[in-house]
Amino acid sequence: MKYSENIELVMIGGSAGSLQVILDLVKRLDGEFDFSIVLVVHRKAQSTSILPTLLQQFSILDVIEAEDKTEIMNNRIYIAPADYHLLFDDKKNISLDRSEKLHFSRPSIDISFGSASDVYGDRLLAVLLSGANSDGVDGLTYVKKNGGRVWIQNPETAEVDYMPRQAADKVRYDLLITPQNLPEFINQLNKN
Amino acid sequence: MFEPGILRDEEIEYLIKDVYELYGYDFSMYSRASFKRRVNRICVIDKFTSFAELRYTLINDPEYLKRFIEEITVNVTEMFRDPYFFKVLREKILPQLGTYPLIRIWVAGCSTGEEAYSVAILLKEAGLYHKCLIYATDINPSVLETASSGVFPLQQMKIYSENYIASGGKKDFSDYYTANYDSARFDKSLKEKMILSTHNLVSDSSFNSFQLIVCRNVLIYFDKMLQERVFNLFDNSLENLGYLALGSKETLRFSNLGKFYHQIEDQKIWKKVDHN
Repeated sequence: MKYSENIELVMIGGSAGSLQVILDLVKRLDGEFDFSIVLVVHRKAQSTSILPTLLQQFSILDVIEAEDKTEIMNNRIYIAPADYHLLFDDKKNISLDRSEKLHFSRPSIDISFGSASDVYGDRLLAVLLSGANSDGVDGLTYVKKNGGRVWIQNPETAEVDYMPRQAADKVRYDLLITPQNLPEFINQLNKN
Repeated sequence: MFEPGILRDEEIEYLIKDVYELYGYDFSMYSRASFKRRVNRICVIDKFTSFAELRYTLINDPEYLKRFIEEITVNVTEMFRDPYFFKVLREKILPQLGTYPLIRIWVAGCSTGEEAYSVAILLKEAGLYHKCLIYATDINPSVLETASSGVFPLQQMKIYSENYIASGGKKDFSDYYTANYDSARFDKSLKEKMILSTHNLVSDSSFNSFQLIVCRNVLIYFDKMLQERVFNLFDNSLENLGYLALGSKETLRFSNLGKFYHQIEDQKIWKKVDHN
């Protein structure tokens, strides 16, 4: 498929069963990106910042747990901190919010996808991975409505298929990806 | 509730202008993404089907303003939230504050008061409560009523009690409240040294000098410029060698004032070094 607009932000949302996919992904990213990557993964409220440390061991990109007003730079991976929603006021800084949970989740994938879509419009790619609840589905619909691109993990390949199956049923996606081909697709973004 | 798209950006601008001109509350420097979500949320829970309807109600019904302020500000809080922060406060900061004859503490943006009560409990256990004053302020008068009542939902007590123990608390947490049906009424003595008052960080100025200012998860709702202004307000309200405590994902690092403050270990607590 040919796109005229370059992607400026890749949002990746995942829940149960997504960690292995994310680990395999960061290992194989080649790291010459003219966009940023933001991960929104459900995890326990009190969890300390193990995830960024873990991912950093496998990634040639800098992996940063977002703080409020963290500057957004290309070629970096940002992670939504536990117990905060991650939002965008503009394309410069990440903004955090500790308002009510959505789908029993904070961070909520829907909220981050929605806010990213408001700011990035058709320059946004949203990817939804394995998970056990329906967080992310409304967010993807909204991304699509605003002209962004939507990739969903093929439910057949998901450790927990509820979340990607809901999304694939309800959202007009651009691509069904697998854990094997996702890294390559991201490496190729904006390159043809 | 996922409703990102009810109001458009320019409608949010009109609303901010109305509320400022009619009532003097200035939300123009609130973090835009979060503010927009709050306004959309109000539309959903109060069943406004259009921006015009919300605007009309706000303009013509001053009573509704109270409700608007209540819902636009995020009032999600807990006792001893982030227990490790309270452990450092207990073990590292309070012993320093104990050297002062009178300890003045400001809990800014205190919401329904859970953190002010947590601080009061720490001071009691450190034997400093008799010589302290805790100023707890918020923009929103109705949350202060809850803070003043000292009554919190009983179902929360299990989490609070776990947090309390994780913060280094040695007592039985239930000693601090009396359970009554589904509520927990906190010991009145915890309120004796607490001064509750409205204060708007956007527009109100410094009102005292303090040795400790606690303002956690309030600044995340402000844009960078307003954050800088509030840091200046705190700086003017803090004695030399006083402490500023922020939320776990907030930082003084991006501020011009950063150089006048030493961070305490890896905590979101900064000590003011001699200046102004």
